[in-house]
Amino acid sequence: MSFHAKDLGFNYGLAEATFALPSTGLVAVVGPNGAGKSTLISILAGLRRSYTGSCLYDGKEIRDWRRHDFARQVAFLPQFLRVEFPFTAEQVVFMGRTPHSNGWYDSPEDRTEVDRALEITDADAFRNRDFRSLSGGERQRVILASALAQEPKVLLLDEPATFLDLQHQVAMYRLLATLAGQLLVVAVTHDLNLALRYAHHVLVLDQGRLAAVGAAHAVLTAELITRVFQVQATVNAGWLKVEYDA
Amino acid sequence: MTRSIALSIVALLAVLFIAPLIGSTHIDFTRAFTGQAPDYEILFYARLPRILLAMLAGAALAVTGVLFQCLLRDPLAEPYTLGVSSGASVGAVVAITLGFGASSAASLAGAAAVLTLVLGIAWEGRRLSSFTLLLAGVTMNSMCFAIILFLHNLASLSQSFAISRWLMGGIDAVEYSTLGWLAAAVVPVCILIITRARQWNLMAVGEDWAASRGVPTNLYITLGYVAGAILTGLVTALTGPIGFIGLIVPHALRLRLGADHRALLPCSCLLGAAFLALCDTLARTVLAPTEIPVGVITALCGGPFFIWLLRSKRRSLWL
Repeated sequence: MSFHAKDLGFNYGLAEATFALPSTGLVAVVGPNGAGKSTLISILAGLRRSYTGSCLYDGKEIRDWRRHDFARQVAFLPQFLRVEFPFTAEQVVFMGRTPHSNGWYDSPEDRTEVDRALEITDADAFRNRDFRSLSGGERQRVILASALAQEPKVLLLDEPATFLDLQHQVAMYRLLATLAGQLLVVAVTHDLNLALRYAHHVLVLDQGRLAAVGAAHAVLTAELITRVFQVQATVNAGWLKVEYDA
Repeated sequence: MTRSIALSIVALLAVLFIAPLIGSTHIDFTRAFTGQAPDYEILFYARLPRILLAMLAGAALAVTGVLFQCLLRDPLAEPYTLGVSSGASVGAVVAITLGFGASSAASLAGAAAVLTLVLGIAWEGRRLSSFTLLLAGVTMNSMCFAIILFLHNLASLSQSFAISRWLMGGIDAVEYSTLGWLAAAVVPVCILIITRARQWNLMAVGEDWAASRGVPTNLYITLGYVAGAILTGLVTALTGPIGFIGLIVPHALRLRLGADHRALLPCSCLLGAAFLALCDTLARTVLAPTEIPVGVITALCGGPFFIWLLRSKRRSLWL
């Protein structure tokens, strides 16, 4: 077991969420805009520490974890990263090594991990380019590499595919599904088809409350989608069809 | 990284050894080192303390520039553009008017007050607006200047002279004891900031980015602003407001070294010191025997540079 939340709440964004997540697998967090998805993922990432109720990671309340120790367990990928300064892609990935080495110089181990991360995300070709000059898809791969360089047990992603075209969205989810063999991957997404296709578990949020949680195929039913997203939909052979003129 | 730091040290030492040779009167080194007047006095009591003060001030202002740019994720931030230097000036002028001389405590209080105000004005919930920040800085500058003019009017003739001389932003020869305590504050603060370079790299990308990679962000935000206020306040008390050092030096270095603070911070510190000492040498020799305040030289170099930055930033924002 990794995360264990009981009556978890945050301001007006989230209330009475009780759930437990496994220690590996791909978990999709879905819901309409303003349902509390980002709030939930940033609580899990340790970025909102004034939550109410309880949220344990590895048996210990998230707000009680030292940031340094927590960052060795849990990596977080923001939805979008705006960089004002001329960092290279490689330097952005090296930043993921901070929880492991506090010295001035990069250790040989840091280099090995960064090389490995760049290879996994297929970002090696542009490692020396200015991060700001990269395309949306390239940036996302660099950010993912930076998170992998943290050697985390959990990967949290806030809408990892928002700025990607179709081809890259699918490639990103395939990669996440592969990674989910060894890690817990929790991704906020708007794409229910990608969730159905790749996620093992789904958390559905609606107006700050947990509407459903469980195996993807069991949870994402036509009835639930109509209730939560206010659209007519049919689920067919693992794919979702939405009738827009509901 | 190591190479650029080594080169910066060489450059700083070169300025330290060459700058004392230059000046309106020629001095003879054998005479100076054997303690003969007036060469001895000129070298050790006029030129050297002045160069050392310029170096400490340059180092402090350049490091503060890098810090503010990093914390605010805004390439245009520095003590002068944020109004922090003006705040320190108001503190100092109040102290002069009350008859204490330009005291460091008053400058420090002024710097801290304006920094708090400007950050408070630009704060929008969870983030700071770069646009509001710069406008708040400009407004603070004019308000501080108005307060200074008002106090200037109230002041006696001798105080008024002290105020206007101080406001020009000049470096004067000071006592070695003054240099001693300034160094005792500036050097450890700069070293503390430089040793945390890895963390500043993460802070320069974003607070959530840094927090999710193990950096205790609130601690570093506090450390950065307190250090910046101390460095600006102490230096401004002794030199008056000197602008743009914190802008020119870090930006020129970023073009060559990139954004990694492990190279950027130590090199900015060393070359900020060398650069201001060089500007001051120009200030005392170009129109010799008349001296130009060094603040005039840095503003004349820095102003156009700032405008160029503003335009290139605008291009990167909208194109």
